[in-house]
Amino acid sequence: MDLKDLYQEIILDHGKNPRNLRKTENFNKDAKGHNPLCGDKVHIFLKIDENKNISDISFEGSGCAISMASASIMTDLMKEKKEKEVKELVEDFLQMIKESPEMKTKIINENEKTKLMSLSGVKQYPMRVKCATLAWHTLTSAMNNSQEETNTEKFD
Amino acid sequence: MNINNIKKQFPIFNNKVHNNDLVYLDSANSSQKPQMVVDRIYDFYTKEFSNVGRSVHYLAVAATNLYENTRSMMQKYINAKDPNEIVFTKGATEAINLVANTFGQKFLREGDEILLTELEHHSNYVPWHYLRKLKGIKINFAEINNDGEITLESIEKSITPKTKMIAITHLSNVTGAILPIKEITSLAHSKNIPILIDGCQGAPHLKLDMQDIDCDFYAISCHKMYGPTGLGVLYAKKKWLDTLPPYQGGGGMIREVKKEGISFGDLPNKYEAGTMATAQVIAFGESIKFLNQIGIQNIEKHESELTKYGEEVLRKNNSVKLVGNPKNKGSVLSFTLDGIHAHDIATILDEDGVAIRAGHHCCQILHDKLGLSATARASLGVYNTKDDLDKLNESINKCKKIFDR
Ligand SMILES: Cc1ncc(COP(=O)(O)O)c(C=O)c1O
Repeated sequence: MDLKDLYQEIILDHGKNPRNLRKTENFNKDAKGHNPLCGDKVHIFLKIDENKNISDISFEGSGCAISMASASIMTDLMKEKKEKEVKELVEDFLQMIKESPEMKTKIINENEKTKLMSLSGVKQYPMRVKCATLAWHTLTSAMNNSQEETNTEKFD
Repeated sequence: MNINNIKKQFPIFNNKVHNNDLVYLDSANSSQKPQMVVDRIYDFYTKEFSNVGRSVHYLAVAATNLYENTRSMMQKYINAKDPNEIVFTKGATEAINLVANTFGQKFLREGDEILLTELEHHSNYVPWHYLRKLKGIKINFAEINNDGEITLESIEKSITPKTKMIAITHLSNVTGAILPIKEITSLAHSKNIPILIDGCQGAPHLKLDMQDIDCDFYAISCHKMYGPTGLGVLYAKKKWLDTLPPYQGGGGMIREVKKEGISFGDLPNKYEAGTMATAQVIAFGESIKFLNQIGIQNIEKHESELTKYGEEVLRKNNSVKLVGNPKNKGSVLSFTLDGIHAHDIATILDEDGVAIRAGHHCCQILHDKLGLSATARASLGVYNTKDDLDKLNESINKCKKIFDR
């Protein structure tokens, strides 16, 4: 086990200076997520255009370096993606965090995959997996127009 | 008192964590167990096991005597008047639920008020919240001051003519503030209000004298007192246990059961329905012995010196901010680090074998008030040393190094 795997430079960079940490103007979908054990909170805002493209995505929230980095990297990658692609990316990411050694999707390039793979260090820290997945589950809620707050204690 | 000899009694310290010696700084969450407590559980199950209070055979009688012996030991340990004032529960949580439920049933009406403080653990809030739903009562919170303390004045200000119960912590599991519970009890009684003390953090660290404090209820978790999990103690004045209705129903707590109705048994059985945590109760007797062998005054002195040392070390560390600054402080050191979230701190410290807790420590109301989503908390037990606190500080510096890369 090596802490350097968990706290890679890219994670520290995104954790300390999260991208897209703001509120999208005229957002048309949003959802809140909460990890009550750590106190991590995230609120995701989406603007989806008539072609079902994400024309903007942003988030507000606070939490540990892992949860902030995850939200930051995720929002960066989701811009200009189609609704269907978002779904595939979320599933692929969650699969990778849980068990799969790599990401299978063709939607993003190798460089982008490497960024996401930097979060795979949490695999060795079961208590921290929820930190990495909170933003992703919350994004799904936002896409589904779920009114209920995503709560890490209600899913694995 | 020789800490090395005391530490040797805790087998957990023979193990390594991530190849490091264990620096256990999470005793406010739960304490480690001395060998004599562990052995007692093993011996009871291997040589003496029987259920208590039901059969007349040899083992049952012996087990019943052992079980009742712990009750008497606990009575003496906290200087209760009567052994029947000691009720075994599954933890402090159940002890508080017992009081909220039975007191609520019998004495609370719509519009009545319960006074808590902003320091309370969820265990001393949620059981009262049920009554808000069930009975339409109101819950008030006495406010902390800037040092994270609850003063007598803060309680006095919050009492209204409708206050029917005061329920407060003895020692905050976040700021470490020790509340002036004797003075608050006397104030409560001058207004005819009963008082419950959540003694979870008080009992393992401070000398307890129920007759001196004079509170009506005092709730304890045995697993924080070097005892087994699944066990708590509710101290309640006999007049309350006689007056309040039973809590759970079942075997062992009844006198006569007919199709038309039921009559309930005497104390202490009235509040101990069903098969209790027998092995844990018997082993908890060893925890009391352990505490008595060292002497609670010696424990208090050792832990208070350590707490001061820990505060000093952490204050010198510029990036550490201690949470709360109570004048009368128990062995809890909660802190934040600039720019590093508590969970990241805990994960990095863990790599060095330093076990702390991170989060809101079941005190969301307090964290909201402080404007913090999470804090890191190092809490001490009798086995800790200055060396442990130095290691804590070193690991904190390592966090900074990792994050300043
Ligand atoms: C102040 C306080 N009250 C209540 C509790 C609840 O104790 P238990 O979970 O053992 O019932 C705790 C334990 O964390 C505590 O610290």
